[in-house]
Amino acid sequence: MSDLKFEPWNDPKAVPLISFRNVTKRFGDFIAIDNQTFDIFEHEFFALLGPSGCGKTTMMRMLAGFETPTEGKISLAGQDIAPIPPNKRAVNMMFQSYALFPHLTVWNNIAFGLKREGMAPDAIDARVAEMLKLTRMEKFASRKPHQISGGQKQRVALARSLAKAPKLLLLDEPLGALDAKLRQETQFELVDIQEKTGTTFIIVTHDQEEAMTVATRVAVMDHGQIIQADTPDRIYEMPNSVYVADFIGDVTIIKGRVSPSDDGYEIHHAEGLPPLFAKSNLSLKNGTGAYLAIRPEKISIAAEQPSSARNAIKGAIQDIAYLGNLSTYHVELPNGTIVKAQATNNRRLANRPFTWEDEVWLSWTDTAAVLLDH
Amino acid sequence: MRRALLIIVPYCWLLALFLIPFAIVFKISLSDIAIAIPPYTPTLDFDAGWQGLKNFAKALDFENFLFLTTDALYWKAYLSSLRIALISTLLTLLIGYPIAYGMANAPDHWRPTLIMLVILPFWTSFLIRVYSWMGILSTEGYLNQFLIGIGIISDPLAILNTNTAVYIGIVYTYLPFMILPIYSILERLDGSLLEAAEDLGCSRISAFWLITVPLSRNGIIAGCFLVFIPVIGEFVIPSLLGGSNTLMIGKVLWEEFFNNRDWPVASAVAVILLLILIVPIILFQRNEQRQREAES
Repeated sequence: MSDLKFEPWNDPKAVPLISFRNVTKRFGDFIAIDNQTFDIFEHEFFALLGPSGCGKTTMMRMLAGFETPTEGKISLAGQDIAPIPPNKRAVNMMFQSYALFPHLTVWNNIAFGLKREGMAPDAIDARVAEMLKLTRMEKFASRKPHQISGGQKQRVALARSLAKAPKLLLLDEPLGALDAKLRQETQFELVDIQEKTGTTFIIVTHDQEEAMTVATRVAVMDHGQIIQADTPDRIYEMPNSVYVADFIGDVTIIKGRVSPSDDGYEIHHAEGLPPLFAKSNLSLKNGTGAYLAIRPEKISIAAEQPSSARNAIKGAIQDIAYLGNLSTYHVELPNGTIVKAQATNNRRLANRPFTWEDEVWLSWTDTAAVLLDH
Repeated sequence: MRRALLIIVPYCWLLALFLIPFAIVFKISLSDIAIAIPPYTPTLDFDAGWQGLKNFAKALDFENFLFLTTDALYWKAYLSSLRIALISTLLTLLIGYPIAYGMANAPDHWRPTLIMLVILPFWTSFLIRVYSWMGILSTEGYLNQFLIGIGIISDPLAILNTNTAVYIGIVYTYLPFMILPIYSILERLDGSLLEAAEDLGCSRISAFWLITVPLSRNGIIAGCFLVFIPVIGEFVIPSLLGGSNTLMIGKVLWEEFFNNRDWPVASAVAVILLLILIVPIILFQRNEQRQREAES
């Protein structure tokens, strides 16, 4: 089974489709991309995730050819792409605004790139029909963009950018303009289409859930740098920094000083409270500062002190966020730290075991929390 | 009630400033020339009662319109006006589009200044500006002095009092009417459309022809009508810059009114001119309407 796993980034023999080598992009004094080196492999669905202004769009525009790197080299299939203008690259882009040509029908929008290639008319017919089918837009071929809905526009934009069968498809916040429900459906559709066509996708987004849903690997960016690029589960379970842990999902960060113990560290986070324990491979000196990141769903919440758990602390419920299926409890420790703990609402709300001001015990296993040094 | 009032006000305006004057002109066009004040007959006399009105109606006829068909001067003048209007609209488009394009692509902080420069000539009297072109284009004018000065020509060019001077005058005067509507469309053009076109394999030039030009179509149409419609009836420019062989219907109209004092024929000329103009005006309104619909 493990042979079938798609993870070329762990295979030293795999040849990347795209490689960034010490790429820096400056706009005047502003550094948009700061000396980045990384690879993206064929068939990947790679997500660039970060807050606005982190450089993710610049990264994408450099691949499309609308920006050139100030320093460094980007290659696509082994070829340096710097001298190739955007209209000659085997890269297509789906724009955030969709950028559908308002004066052309859906059909003509999709055929636009094919016509520029000088493809034969019947080949164009066949290819456009295929794209319309792929995106389930057959009925709308003769409509103009202003006559279709936002979700349909999104499909047309996707069909148009896929029509030329690019080696690489860039998606700039492709679902940003859709409402939440449609967005979720479309995410799965995107993955489907990506698998069907086998095209390498790079998606830019600021929505972490979207990135986690669609991507084979997620690159979390900040200030022009990729902080961590890894599979969604590793990004979530094993963040390499407080920034990543905090950016992806909900987390409680507890700061403290470490002392080695067993195969991990004890974290002394507050006077008068017992130290917390986490297994870790980090090599930290006794007494250095570090951060403990704990996901709320990994914390159990109980009325009585659990007998077995090494990590158990008492606190008072300060706030409850009712999310329907889950509730997030904000528990205040005696030193004032707020820890977020989540529990499934497997009973009716009226029978909820805990309420505001209740004293509760929080506990988690030795491997639940992640120790971070920065 | 308020709605009716809201609609009545512009219609009263239209009635007072367009329909009533037009009815008067039309009435005069059906009259006969007379040496009197006013210089036509019959005149409407309400004191004579119903019979007077009947006599008045009986005296009206389409003689003047028939007269327009007998003299080649008139249809030649209409045709020549149409031709001059068409050619100068085309010239204005050829010059105005690149200017509008340049303005729309200029850095943001330059744009207000550029628009200002386009509008600036309106702050001076139109007549003065046309007169100054006489100063530029005459045989001893600045243009000839300059060209002789740098040695390109040895004898002055005769530009003033030719059709060339008329074209120069018209293009100069009406250029802003072409630039502004095109600019307003190009300025709003979404830059990502051009990037998308490039991304799909267009060169910059083909992206211009395939995307920019079709999307600025409404601006081009609006600009063309805004130039074409008034140029057909243009009178000042051909009479100041044009020569004896410059034939334009506005000039003919003026001569009928003031030189021949033939108000009925002049009115007939004006009525026909209006009928000719109604077609492009309706087309123009339709284009505007369609553009508004497309935007909403």
